[in-house]
Amino acid sequence: MPMLEATGISKAFGGLAAVSKVDISVNEGEILGLIGPNGAGKTTLFNLISGAIQMDSGTAVFEGKRISGMKPYQICRLGIGRSFQAAKNFDGMPVHQNVLMGALFGKKGQSAANASKIVDEVLDFVNLNELRDKMVHDIPLASQKRLEVARALATRPKLLLLDEMMAGLNPSEVGEAMELVTKIRDSGITIIMIEHVMKAIMKICDRIVVLHHGAKIAEGAPQEIAANKTVIEVYLGEC
Amino acid sequence: MIYKFNFRKDVQYIVVAAVVIFFAFVPLFGSTYTLTLSSTIMMYIVMSLSWSMFSGPTGYISLASGAFVGLGFYASGFLSSSLPLPMLMLVGGLVSFALAAIIGAVTLRLRGVYFTIFTFCLVELVKAVMTWYEIMIVRKRGLNVRNFGTDTAFYAMLVMVAITLIVVVVIKRSRFGMALTGIGESEDAASHIGIHTTRTKVFGFAISAFLMGTVGAVRATMLHHIDPGSSFNMMFSFLPVLMCVFGGMKTFLGPIIGAAVFAILQYNLITEMPQIYMIIFGAIMILAILFMPTGIVGVYERVINRIKKGKSKKGGTDDANA
Repeated sequence: MPMLEATGISKAFGGLAAVSKVDISVNEGEILGLIGPNGAGKTTLFNLISGAIQMDSGTAVFEGKRISGMKPYQICRLGIGRSFQAAKNFDGMPVHQNVLMGALFGKKGQSAANASKIVDEVLDFVNLNELRDKMVHDIPLASQKRLEVARALATRPKLLLLDEMMAGLNPSEVGEAMELVTKIRDSGITIIMIEHVMKAIMKICDRIVVLHHGAKIAEGAPQEIAANKTVIEVYLGEC
Repeated sequence: MIYKFNFRKDVQYIVVAAVVIFFAFVPLFGSTYTLTLSSTIMMYIVMSLSWSMFSGPTGYISLASGAFVGLGFYASGFLSSSLPLPMLMLVGGLVSFALAAIIGAVTLRLRGVYFTIFTFCLVELVKAVMTWYEIMIVRKRGLNVRNFGTDTAFYAMLVMVAITLIVVVVIKRSRFGMALTGIGESEDAASHIGIHTTRTKVFGFAISAFLMGTVGAVRATMLHHIDPGSSFNMMFSFLPVLMCVFGGMKTFLGPIIGAAVFAILQYNLITEMPQIYMIIFGAIMILAILFMPTGIVGVYERVINRIKKGKSKKGGTDDANA
């Protein structure tokens, strides 16, 4: 049974169907890539899964529990973490406190001692330990994106939704980000990632789902997607 | 846990505690005028502290303070003949708490300026309901309030200042306070790391309303007679905001200093030049916002930093010469 299974989920903004009847599922231990042109509904799909907005129809089931209709904080406590496309860090706090927030609130009844242990672990894991006392706006973009991931990791998720964590990074930073994603998966966390950096997506994803105008147009292994006629037409382009 | 003693930061708490204890002896030598002025200052301090406790970290600017203080007024108005002062304060606080919780649950889903507009209207709404009640139901304008004496009112305000200070410090250092700050920094991020944002906001808003309701109840006993106009007063809504801006919003001392300076200024201006009091007051406010965006405390910190920098620079050249 898949870890997360969403069936027939739809969301319309006014008359525009942002996501229509999408089925998506992810198995434990997988890295699932979510690609598609701008406005395809990728981030909306994330927002629906994480509870930021409510779906019009369809259901999402996580580890046997129905999560559609739940609030974001409940979904987070069940074990789904997420990062945001435009980094939404707590800018008024130093790096370590950002992570502490995730650790303190991510699980109910987390003790303070435990939380600060998690902070040290996570900062080490994502390589932000040197910047731990810096304020958010004093650290580079790549680190801010890492901090997004660190805060999500501190909530101890089983499934992590990464929204364009590589956008705006230079090639060497993209390489580091790819390493981090693989490392997170190897630590036992399942990942769904939205990404436009094709090199990264093709290399690290086990499976890819392509969205276009809110509908799923293809799904399969990276090689299949790269060869898929429709996907090439609407998104990848002829090479 | 996260807390370590820090002299520079903690000395302010000790100083404030000392001032509160000193105030406890003021009735022994102070005149009635001093006591009334002090009571007003203390009421303003409670209002600005409790306002900044919620609106400071979350960034939800509430203009509903007038409604909560007014409910405190009316709690005293209705019950002062039958209940002792502490009970009046408790009732005033609880009624305000309840109203804040109800409207908070409905309106704190609104973000930014919409919340502010709603709270602004709330004061007028409660005032209108109260006016209607007095005209249509009881057919009597206003209520008389029993006076418990200047000393009693003074001590009641002092106790509320102490309680408010404790509440503010405890919340600031608690998980709840961190959640409030998280909401202000990024509400989306906060909700996705497991913070129950709605409950946190409603509870924070209601606690601040409780504190305002209690001082409203005390204030009413100093006035003998209250009516909807004097109780649900827009001035009470704007005062905490202005005092916090004046003193420095995101600091602990800012709201306290802002409230004290404000109250003294207001008393002096009203008595010395009652005709142009509002004009001067307005001019001072505009100047304060233009030239001290971080408030009195912010200006103080800037000056201290500049002096320190100047000293270390001088020290540097001296060393070089030697």
